[in-house]
Amino acid sequence: MSGSVLIWLYRHSLPVRLTHWINVLCLTILVMSGLQIFNAHPALYWGERSDPDKALLSMKAMRDESGQLMGVTRILDYAYDTTGILGASTDGTGQTRARGFPDWATIPGPQWLAMGRRWHLFFAWLFVVNGLLFVLYAIISRHLANDLIPWWKDLRGIGRSVLDHLLFRHPKGEAARRYNVLQKIAYILVIFGLGPLIVLTGLSMSPMLNAAFPELLTLFDGRQSARTIHFITAFAFIGFVLIHVFMVLISGVWNNLRSMITGWYTVRS
Amino acid sequence: MNKMNRRNFIFRTLGTISVLFMAGCDKLSRSDGFVRMLESAEKLTYRAQRLVTARNAMAKEFGEADLSPVFRSNGTDNPDSPEYQALAANEFINWRLEVTGLVEHPGSFSLAELRSLPARTQITRHDCVEGWSAIGKWKGVRLSTVLERVKPLSNARYVMFYCADPMNEDGKKYYESVDMEDAWHPQTILAYELNDKPLPIANGAPLRLRVERQLGYKHAKYLMKIELVESFEKIADGNGGYWEDEGYEWYAGI
Repeated sequence: MSGSVLIWLYRHSLPVRLTHWINVLCLTILVMSGLQIFNAHPALYWGERSDPDKALLSMKAMRDESGQLMGVTRILDYAYDTTGILGASTDGTGQTRARGFPDWATIPGPQWLAMGRRWHLFFAWLFVVNGLLFVLYAIISRHLANDLIPWWKDLRGIGRSVLDHLLFRHPKGEAARRYNVLQKIAYILVIFGLGPLIVLTGLSMSPMLNAAFPELLTLFDGRQSARTIHFITAFAFIGFVLIHVFMVLISGVWNNLRSMITGWYTVRS
Repeated sequence: MNKMNRRNFIFRTLGTISVLFMAGCDKLSRSDGFVRMLESAEKLTYRAQRLVTARNAMAKEFGEADLSPVFRSNGTDNPDSPEYQALAANEFINWRLEVTGLVEHPGSFSLAELRSLPARTQITRHDCVEGWSAIGKWKGVRLSTVLERVKPLSNARYVMFYCADPMNEDGKKYYESVDMEDAWHPQTILAYELNDKPLPIANGAPLRLRVERQLGYKHAKYLMKIELVESFEKIADGNGGYWEDEGYEWYAGI
């Protein structure tokens, strides 16, 4: 039950807030420049090679009977008409072009692989350094142990937390001071699961590092598999962000935003 | 109503931010200073990767069963120049590879001479900057074997490769460069065979570079001349290669 006394809590320390927003910038740019790079060869495979007839996913432009460009996305043996979004889309000048993802989803907007790589490989460094600094800080400050790791006592309440989420019930008062267990699990999976996975699959596409660390390609079953996992992991990040932003929106958007900008969060008790 | 307004406001703000963001990114992509900042990552990547990679760390070599059914051709598939066509018509008998620049014994090699030198065969994966990979079997002479004959001077820092294929209306020809570490690497070869056959024209006949720890565009095809230099700043647009002049990284190890 929420009471009437408003309590101000200093919830997010400066390093957490800084690394959070740098991460927002990096992820946005990495996803969009990543789609630009993907567009140079909009297909995915498994193994070491990219045999054209063995694509797991491909986006192609074809001409329909009237000569109009149409986008066809193929996933395994299934083909879908994705005109306008995948395979063929209309750019800012009103011209329909053959391209994997549309120009509003890529950096830069127009097809420009060299520049997409420049953005991607610069912000990849920033993403890694920022991520490592966050983890280092989280360990030293005990943010990781105190707030993020779901301990046994958290995990025992998982059933209740699932029910709360399904009913859109948000913790209030004392309970709102802490992350709930599903939230903790999600953060831990992103920080120690998706994060390392996207970096390692990215590095596995480097021919120089393939020579230095051949076991990476053994782990991911080949360079094209690494590329496919890199792509899927990027979409897992997008999925996480969508849920994360949704939860922010429905659990007190101003309070959440303020606390991630100024550090200060309010609860009623 | 208040809630609706607020939601509207949030969505409109997000919409405006994303439009501004994307227009900003495209504008930054055309700003020299910003692009130079982005490009600074290349040196960092080059140094970091060289640091963690042993000098002679080998690219993975595969077996015959791993070969791509078709080794595709990318970029030029038949150089559009009378000189090249004349050489090709004569099965490259008149072709010679010139080796010059900062070397003690500049000279030139015919295809037969290169074939008579010790050969190396390797089945490796070719990774294009676009994202695709193909596996081919290459046979050729080690670049190091050629270098041992011409004896590089101590101030030679890069090996330039000049090619026969014109790339644009101005007739600018393909060229590439690698540093001495890659030049001396045991898998860096001048290949004259692909999959047990003479190198096809589509894949760079009569001779192409294989520099296995870098992306495909470094593997210059249609080789005509090799030059050892101290710096490539004054060559063409000064970035060390045709695609490098178009904005791609000189260091293509990633």
